[in-house]
Amino acid sequence: MAQVQEFEKALSNSETSVAAFDEHGTSIVKRIQHFLHSTPAAVPLIVLVLSIAVFGVTIGGRFFSSYTLTLILQQIAIVGILGAAQTLVILTAGIDLSIGVIMVISAVIMGNCAVTYGLPTLLAVVIGLAAGGACGLLNGLLVAYMKLPPFIVTLGTWNIVMATNFIYSANETIRDADVDVQAPLLHLFGLNFKIGTAVLTFGVIAMVVLVLILWYVLNHTAWGRHVYAVGDDPEAAKLSGIQTKKVLISVYTLAGLIAAFAAWVSIGRNGSISPSAAVTDYNLQAITATVIGGISLFGGRGSILGTLFGAMIVGVVSMGLNMLGADPQWKVLLTGVLIIGAVAIDQWIRKVSV
Amino acid sequence: MTQEPILTARGLVKRYGRVTALNSCDFDLYPGEILAVIGDNGAGKSTLIKAISGAVIPDEGIIELDRKQVLFKSPIEAREAGIETVYQNLALSPALSIADNMFLGREIRKPGFLGDWLRMLDRPAMEKRARDKLTELGLMTIQNISQAVETLSGGQRQGVAVARAAAFGSKMVIMDEPTAALGVKESRRVLELILDVKKRGLPIVLISHNMPHVFEVADRIHIHRLGRRLCVIDPKQYTMSDAVAFMTGAKLPPEAALAA
Ligand SMILES: Nc1ncnc2c1ncn2[C@@H]1O[C@H](COP(=O)(O)OP(=O)(O)O)[C@@H](O)[C@H]1O
Ligand SMILES: [Mg+2]
Repeated sequence: MAQVQEFEKALSNSETSVAAFDEHGTSIVKRIQHFLHSTPAAVPLIVLVLSIAVFGVTIGGRFFSSYTLTLILQQIAIVGILGAAQTLVILTAGIDLSIGVIMVISAVIMGNCAVTYGLPTLLAVVIGLAAGGACGLLNGLLVAYMKLPPFIVTLGTWNIVMATNFIYSANETIRDADVDVQAPLLHLFGLNFKIGTAVLTFGVIAMVVLVLILWYVLNHTAWGRHVYAVGDDPEAAKLSGIQTKKVLISVYTLAGLIAAFAAWVSIGRNGSISPSAAVTDYNLQAITATVIGGISLFGGRGSILGTLFGAMIVGVVSMGLNMLGADPQWKVLLTGVLIIGAVAIDQWIRKVSV
Repeated sequence: MTQEPILTARGLVKRYGRVTALNSCDFDLYPGEILAVIGDNGAGKSTLIKAISGAVIPDEGIIELDRKQVLFKSPIEAREAGIETVYQNLALSPALSIADNMFLGREIRKPGFLGDWLRMLDRPAMEKRARDKLTELGLMTIQNISQAVETLSGGQRQGVAVARAAAFGSKMVIMDEPTAALGVKESRRVLELILDVKKRGLPIVLISHNMPHVFEVADRIHIHRLGRRLCVIDPKQYTMSDAVAFMTGAKLPPEAALAA
């Protein structure tokens, strides 16, 4: 080896364990911070368990029954699925304001194809899914190639899709009874079965299975790692050889597809198909579930299991307050507190880096 | 040099709006050598190596690898051709683990059904190889390979980036200011890594502002000025102050060096 510089001679007597990844003396707070850093779904899970416990104690058996708890799951199925779609987008440091309205137009398309045009129901579903995927693809192309901010792109497509939806549907609702007669398959996810007093719908099962599949894909496939890398530091991801544009396009397309799937589930839950469904509510609830679930709005951090827990937290809180007979505004207030708390914790966990 | 260069570039031009980062720049790298690239801030050193590593597509000019013209449209293509780069900003994903970072963009999948159909990553295999590599480079005690990169110190991150390049480079390794953010001890470690890589027969391009380090390890020094190669000097024939004088324009390089 070339000779060592004069001023570096002193190094020869120094410690040789250079850059070893040892854990330095850690306080309990630091250790908690590290644990939460490596287990991002822990916070929402703890909050969920705590809120179930609190309402269980204050309300008693009426709340803490498998009937009530499964009823909560039924109520959050749609938001949970939309939240899963939103999670994918937020992991890339984006946001999708259009998923709510993509869900509504997909439902209208499925209903019209099956009921009004008399197409086979399965084909109608496929067309609806394709429409949702196409809306997502449009978002993806605009974000990846036009390099427009996701907030602006999806605010634009939200309006475009909403107007298209009203023009196309002439704001006509498809009645529950018509769907039942002509296309019962559209009500598939509303079907339920009982295990004791627990009542589960196929919609609930679909939500859980979807989240588990996405969890696997995000954590155990290359594509999933790339989604995190793109959200974390797009420049670094690109230099590491990741095709960031393709990743973004696939994420937005998949989000659109999942929103269309949520449409199918929503037809099962609502019975009828209305073009004027409460889009803004769905949007905000999905984002709320994602944020409370610990998905960082800055991208690249969080576990999709957290989103599921986040949706459950909102469901538990609203059911609990409801059973206590509280003013519904308390639920809104508490949700706000949870959102701010979640973001504050996220910021704190991020400071883990040395 | 009597050997053929492994990589040559001729007349590279890269403009950013009104800034000309590369102005008809030439470059040669010979087998087995350590070529240092020095130059003022903004001289275009990073742009030059990005053009070679596919991170930037030059507006004009020709790059030949092993006498065959190449036109890399992305860093993946350069990597597939065996060119590994440690970028100035490291290009690591802070939230991902050490192992995930080392294999980012070239993950190993499980064999059989799990890998082919479920596309499952072979974490144990990736972690083992990452651990072996880091250990080989004397960079780690073994337990924390799944630790997020952002929990590492600057020197450790640099170690991961260098290890990644050293692990995968088959033709050449490029390092853009690898010691700029490091302390004395960590810089020494990286220099040793560079010499290790050279011992394995891989040529290295080393961009650095640290003259003592450059003169210690380099076989040749490419002096970059105003977006082009000013001259190439032999560190045994010139002093550090000569090099600094050429690089800042205080002194004109000799004819012989210009022809190199
Ligand atoms: N992405 C970019 N956009 C605009 N200008 C750039 C970009 N990258 C580099 N430049 C400009 O090109 C010139 C050369 O930069 P660089 O190659 O980074 O120099 P060095 O690495 O030698 O310090 C500088 O003037 C810099 O401002
Ligand atoms: Mg530079």
